[in-house]
Amino acid sequence: MKIQKRTLGLIFYFVLLVVPIYWMLNMSLRSNADILSTFSLYPADITFENYIKIFTDESWYSGYINAMIYVTLNTVMSLAFALPAAYAFSRFKFLGDGQMFFWLLTNRMAPPAVFLLPYFQLYSTFNLIDTHIAVALAHCLFNVPLAVWILEGFMSGIPKEIDETAFIDGYSFPRFFITIFIPLIRAGVGVTAFFCFMFSWVELLFARTLTVTEAKPIVATMTRTISATGLDWGLLAANGILTIVPGALVIWFVRNHLAKGFALGRV
Amino acid sequence: MEKWENNRAWFLVLPVFVVVAFSAIIPLMTVVNYSIQDIFGPGNAVFVGTEWFEEMLTDSRLHDALGRQFIFSGLVLLIEIPLGILIALAMPKKGWGVSASLITLAIPLLIPWNVIGTIWIIFTRPDIGLFGVGINSLNLLDVPFDHTARPAFAWITLMAMEVWHWTPLVALLCYAGLRAIPEAYYQAAKIDGASAWSVFRYIQLPKMRGVLTIAVLLRWMDSFLIYAEPFALTGGGPGNSTTFLSIYLVKLATGQFDLGPAAAFSLIYFLIVLLFSFIFYQALLNVGKGEKIA
Amino acid sequence: MARIEMQEVAHSYHGNSQNLEDYALKRIHMTWEDGGAYALLGPSGCGKTTLLNIISGLLAPSQGAVLYNGKDVTALPPEKRNIAQVFQFPVLYDTMTVADNLAFPLRNRGMAPDAVRERVLEVADMLDLGTVLNKKAAGLTADAKQKISLGRGLVRSDVAAILFDEPLTVIDPHLKWQLRRKLKEIHERARMTMIYVTHDQVEAMTFADQIVVMYEGEVVQIGSPEALYERPQHKFVGYFIGSPGMNFMACQVEGAVAHVNGAAIALGPAVAEAAHKASGKLEIGIRPMHLEVHDTPMADAVPAAVTFVEDHGNCRIVTLVLDGQTLRARIPEGQTVPGDKAWLRFPPQWTRLFADERLVA
Repeated sequence: MKIQKRTLGLIFYFVLLVVPIYWMLNMSLRSNADILSTFSLYPADITFENYIKIFTDESWYSGYINAMIYVTLNTVMSLAFALPAAYAFSRFKFLGDGQMFFWLLTNRMAPPAVFLLPYFQLYSTFNLIDTHIAVALAHCLFNVPLAVWILEGFMSGIPKEIDETAFIDGYSFPRFFITIFIPLIRAGVGVTAFFCFMFSWVELLFARTLTVTEAKPIVATMTRTISATGLDWGLLAANGILTIVPGALVIWFVRNHLAKGFALGRV
Repeated sequence: MEKWENNRAWFLVLPVFVVVAFSAIIPLMTVVNYSIQDIFGPGNAVFVGTEWFEEMLTDSRLHDALGRQFIFSGLVLLIEIPLGILIALAMPKKGWGVSASLITLAIPLLIPWNVIGTIWIIFTRPDIGLFGVGINSLNLLDVPFDHTARPAFAWITLMAMEVWHWTPLVALLCYAGLRAIPEAYYQAAKIDGASAWSVFRYIQLPKMRGVLTIAVLLRWMDSFLIYAEPFALTGGGPGNSTTFLSIYLVKLATGQFDLGPAAAFSLIYFLIVLLFSFIFYQALLNVGKGEKIA
Repeated sequence: MARIEMQEVAHSYHGNSQNLEDYALKRIHMTWEDGGAYALLGPSGCGKTTLLNIISGLLAPSQGAVLYNGKDVTALPPEKRNIAQVFQFPVLYDTMTVADNLAFPLRNRGMAPDAVRERVLEVADMLDLGTVLNKKAAGLTADAKQKISLGRGLVRSDVAAILFDEPLTVIDPHLKWQLRRKLKEIHERARMTMIYVTHDQVEAMTFADQIVVMYEGEVVQIGSPEALYERPQHKFVGYFIGSPGMNFMACQVEGAVAHVNGAAIALGPAVAEAAHKASGKLEIGIRPMHLEVHDTPMADAVPAAVTFVEDHGNCRIVTLVLDGQTLRARIPEGQTVPGDKAWLRFPPQWTRLFADERLVA
């Protein structure tokens, strides 16, 4: 196998990408005392105590569970709302359709910071603070427009003659949509679900502001590692690694679809 | 595609409209409300018109934050776009390397944003971080490296983190654009005796126009709105040296409880972003049109 | 100008396979004469593009050699072979003007600017592109773009051969004939070797002096359009050329008569003689145009049932069933169409015999 200069460059870049993550992995496998006392390139005294602490302490692992809950909620909600809307934008001309589409897009561009306080007050009014549904709803602000955008693109690739044929054949709209249409765009549904999951999982501002304890996600609880003795680096690092795991798993499972999608030349 | 004309399609759009309106319009109205009043306490507010807007527009700290924001976003584009293109060009086209490359590139994109900050704090600390220890052992700097020791250090760490985090997005977009180029173009170029540079300049770069537009505008927008990563890394410091617009806004809104000015600032911020959104939308539309003709 | 020889060329996309199925090209051994206008005709998947890419150098064959004017070029890349290739869709440098597009190959080879300009003007004139020389290539119509693609090939005066891979695919139907005529014109002027790949027999027949028919990775016949029409060497050629294709019926031969189920069909003397020497599955072949349809019984005619008649304007296609075999005949406009029974006569001079799908006589 000929190794070209460009491949070497690429490998070098990938190493740079991986090194900071490796470093955190390194920290996560050592106790805090060990980290502070000796500097070493790899964990000489491997210990899983940080991970064990997280898995056994309810206040820690609940953070993960909370995050998983609202991310899943959000993905399902975003898809459920976006699918009919995207269909409308794809198939129909109606009053204000262009403006509506643009307005949706602008919400994706909105600075989350602008909505921070209003959201807090809004959700307080409805007694939704510290619930999973609050965060899931809040994330809809940017995920629903994104979902509509992506799905509309995929739907426009399906000729509407298929819809017409189904209606002529006597399908009701819901039946047509669920049994015929969605399977046709399942790649698009997959891509959309992936992005909704991604943006909801990584978001911090709303997730932290709208929750207190019951629904507090891991991204917000991580900073609780400060104790009397200072920051527990090992614990912090283990936490960090664990937040990367769901994302890594998701990519692993969709890797073939990713590669195929790129091969087809469609973003 | 010829669309059916039917206003009843609104029923399909209604759920989305309601959700996003709830999430966007109501809060915005609240913000507008605050921006034109001076609130002393519950039920005790005075209409002040455009006073807050004037105050914010002349606020020197706002100007500083805006300036820093432009520099930051500018640097982001200057580094990430060319780098992303280079990476996309170097990536394999078939074989197991494709999946491996795509996975490696995607990982930074799936890390929660404050964890990104955490990773880089750990990585650059002078006592336990590989980078921190490494730089300091070279003894090049007058002050031991710490990402909060000096504004310059903070900026360097911040840029390194940002480029590390988001270049993969540019690379992935460019890669998709490159893969869409039919093989025949490369074959014709071979027959024409074109050099590698010519191939890049006359075939690859023009054909990547679409994805590059998306990449430039996405990165500009997202870097302009950025909050979590710099906040987690430096908290906006040392001093104010890394306080960008979002961080300043959140500080205003939650720290000083000056709802009025914060609300006014929010609107100004939003308007700036809206302007860029509009440009984005038009550019995308025109890119799409251009490709259909060609 | 070049004479291109292909010696024992075979190609498999699966490396050196022992399995014949893996070979896109099974055995190609032929010569493309210098200055000839060839069509490479065959259905999708028969290996035409593979063969073309081996000739141009974009693909290196698993086996065999390619020679240009006696020199072995098998290992040479395309840019060293002096060929030009026109693809199915226009391949242009969108950001350049038409003139720059045409000049590109010359500039890459270091030609002097004056010489480049002169040559570009010459080629633009040949292709009627003179008026758009300074326009950006991206905004033009599909046929203009294909002409530019062609022009980039013609602009190099030392070009040995021009290869066309279904170049009219994206052209509007009413412009196709214009481009075809232009290609023929250029061939007559420049007299260079041109190889035109297509799956459309009309295109092949109007462009080429010699047609190379391919089927499943092999060349089954090389000949003029008439030869292919009148004496197809392979059942596939009979079936593919002509619209509708040739009729085939399995038969047994006794003496000078071929027996198709119940019917007896007289064979010409040469054919009958060859039939005795032939072995394998025997079939009679006759073109619809040559099959005579009569509405009254005749001496050497066999009865058949008429099942369908299509009116094609200047002729009619009659579908008949003869003892379980379906045949098609083409009768001219004026002739009366029989009701439901007709008598078919097989003129001996047009009745061919095939053994194991290859022409016997």
